Amino acid sequence: MRAGALPVAPPESDGGPARTSERGGADRPTGPRGSTLLRHLVVVLVAAAALLAASYLLDPFRNFQLATVAAYLCATAGLTVLIGLNGQLSLGHGALMATGAYTVALSQNALADRGMTGSWLLPLSLGAAVLTTIAVGAVIGVAAARLRGPYLAGVTLAVAVVVPALTVTFDGIFNGEQGLSVYLEPPPAALGPYFPYERWQLWIAGTATLLALLLVANLVRSRYGRNFRAVRDDEIAARLAGIHVARTQVIAFVLSAATAGLGGGLLAVLAQSVSPGAFSLTLSLFLLMAVVLGGLGSLAGAVWGAAVLVLLPELSHHLTEQLSLSPAVAQRLAGNLPLAIFGITLIVVMIAAPGGVQGLLSRLARTRPVRAGLRSLRRPTRRSRQTRT
Amino acid sequence: MDRFVFLTLDGLSRGAVYAAFALALVLIWRAARVVNFAQGAMAVATAYVAYSVSAWTGSYWLGFLAALVAGLLLGALVEVAVIRFVGHDSPLNAVIVALGLVLLIQAVLGMVYGNEFLPATTAFSRTGYEIGGLAVLSPYDLFVFGAVAVVVVGLAWIFTRTAVGLRMRAAAFAPEVSRLLGVNVGGMLTLGWALAAGVGALAGMLIIPTGLGLHPNAMDLVFVSAFTAAVVGGLDSPPGAVVGGLAVGLILSYVGGYLGSDTTGLAVLVLLLAVLLVRPGGLFAATVARRA
Repeated sequence: MRAGALPVAPPESDGGPARTSERGGADRPTGPRGSTLLRHLVVVLVAAAALLAASYLLDPFRNFQLATVAAYLCATAGLTVLIGLNGQLSLGHGALMATGAYTVALSQNALADRGMTGSWLLPLSLGAAVLTTIAVGAVIGVAAARLRGPYLAGVTLAVAVVVPALTVTFDGIFNGEQGLSVYLEPPPAALGPYFPYERWQLWIAGTATLLALLLVANLVRSRYGRNFRAVRDDEIAARLAGIHVARTQVIAFVLSAATAGLGGGLLAVLAQSVSPGAFSLTLSLFLLMAVVLGGLGSLAGAVWGAAVLVLLPELSHHLTEQLSLSPAVAQRLAGNLPLAIFGITLIVVMIAAPGGVQGLLSRLARTRPVRAGLRSLRRPTRRSRQTRT
Repeated sequence: MDRFVFLTLDGLSRGAVYAAFALALVLIWRAARVVNFAQGAMAVATAYVAYSVSAWTGSYWLGFLAALVAGLLLGALVEVAVIRFVGHDSPLNAVIVALGLVLLIQAVLGMVYGNEFLPATTAFSRTGYEIGGLAVLSPYDLFVFGAVAVVVVGLAWIFTRTAVGLRMRAAAFAPEVSRLLGVNVGGMLTLGWALAAGVGALAGMLIIPTGLGLHPNAMDLVFVSAFTAAVVGGLDSPPGAVVGGLAVGLILSYVGGYLGSDTTGLAVLVLLLAVLLVRPGGLFAATVARRA
């Protein structure tokens, strides 16, 4: 008799102050129902206004960087929900970003080849990217829902290593190591003849990311988000409470896959080219570093992580320029220094401050109890040394 | 038919290396309930040590020896300096820390040696002996089989016939009781990591020359294949790891030989998923109690 098969509806929120003493940005005690959406809308509108102002104040290069942060933020927001709130570790999100990026490339080029023009092309391509990654994410998610711990990590690692190599296997479509260039229309004529391209890219990336964040933030505060956390904390208890564990895990995986696909699609729009080298295993590890650094399960932390992903390589580039090195050595250092820092960050944060940046901030602000990165470190478990992890 | 024989022998030769590498993963899993995702990167690091020593002394064998010693030291160092401090409550913590090690090791290697492929030499020829006009095993293949056989037999002997092996198994099986009985549990863990990394270093030395050469990412796909081998055999079973390694080597050799060499990665992924979905505990797994 499987408890999960019981047709019991998950408990509805009673609208009262739901005291969940969790950690992460999405776990504040709620006010009356309906205010959550309103508050998220206000935050998004403020962020949109700030982005609009920034797009006029900053120079084109900074605009481009900000747009890149937005693209990464899409992926890290979904990943932090998956790992932090649902307890499923995925190392395959770089491959999912590649799926989105290649979908945008193929779709944009196909539409352009048929002579279609119009402002609706790019949203169509990005939508196609999200749909494709939802399909791929559902396949991986269904498999992932049956796996735990190191097995899941191993499978997603295999996905991250193998999928970029498919571009070489089917190089008739994906053009192998060379990759594809992405056709992108110039900014609309209504914006004037001298409208900078980078500002237009920031508008595209900012709009898409804010919409995705609004959706994710609301979902995390909904019944689904509560189910994610219940499954993470205790599968058996969740099943007894009538939560369909496998379905919840697949939903979490599909959600994070969709955001990763959108992020990858935006990266393709920004770089105007896609190639397998940009979506290697290292990218997946970078995304993991970003969400661990920001604080697992925290959307605000995902913003920190995405910003670090873009700014640190630039910083290391400046550092190596300061040192008077030979070009070859400088190039080696500039390329590998961020990797080393990211690796050390992963190790140190995981051992010393599992709550990440956002955890430290909230500890400083003393606004709410801080919970460790993976609901560990506090609660002695009786399952720590069993074979079944 | 000739081709089939060739692919079989080639698959067994690769499979022997996967078996050694999977054995290293199983060693740590049995000792600490951790899958060491940094195993591949650590093996590459030792191969670079061998490259430097060989270049400096001009002797392949000194480099080979240096790689094994470096593997033992690196394994002990990683356990003492990093893994010891990781919380054991969530299985994800150790995985994430190991992935941090992967980034760190690959970055250091890239800084020191650059991100280009360096040539990896062997002491033996890789052209096969001919028997009746049919190319069979090369001297290098025989060397691989011999080295892996020595490692497997040696490990089996250590764990079943020596006091240290008994202590290591006890420390993994019942740490608290072992400590009460005077076993240095922490030291046994360090020793287990050192042994596993030494075996990993040997596997790296054996397989890197058969690929494109030395590169910080040279072992990525090998790690995935060896992980698959360990899963096929069941992460808890050393004999399973050996059988799984040979099976994975054979399957990949046939797929690569008959469908084109760029499909092997996809074959690994499909194989791993199939095994995990059909028999998650591996082919040699004991039954576990149902939980819900």
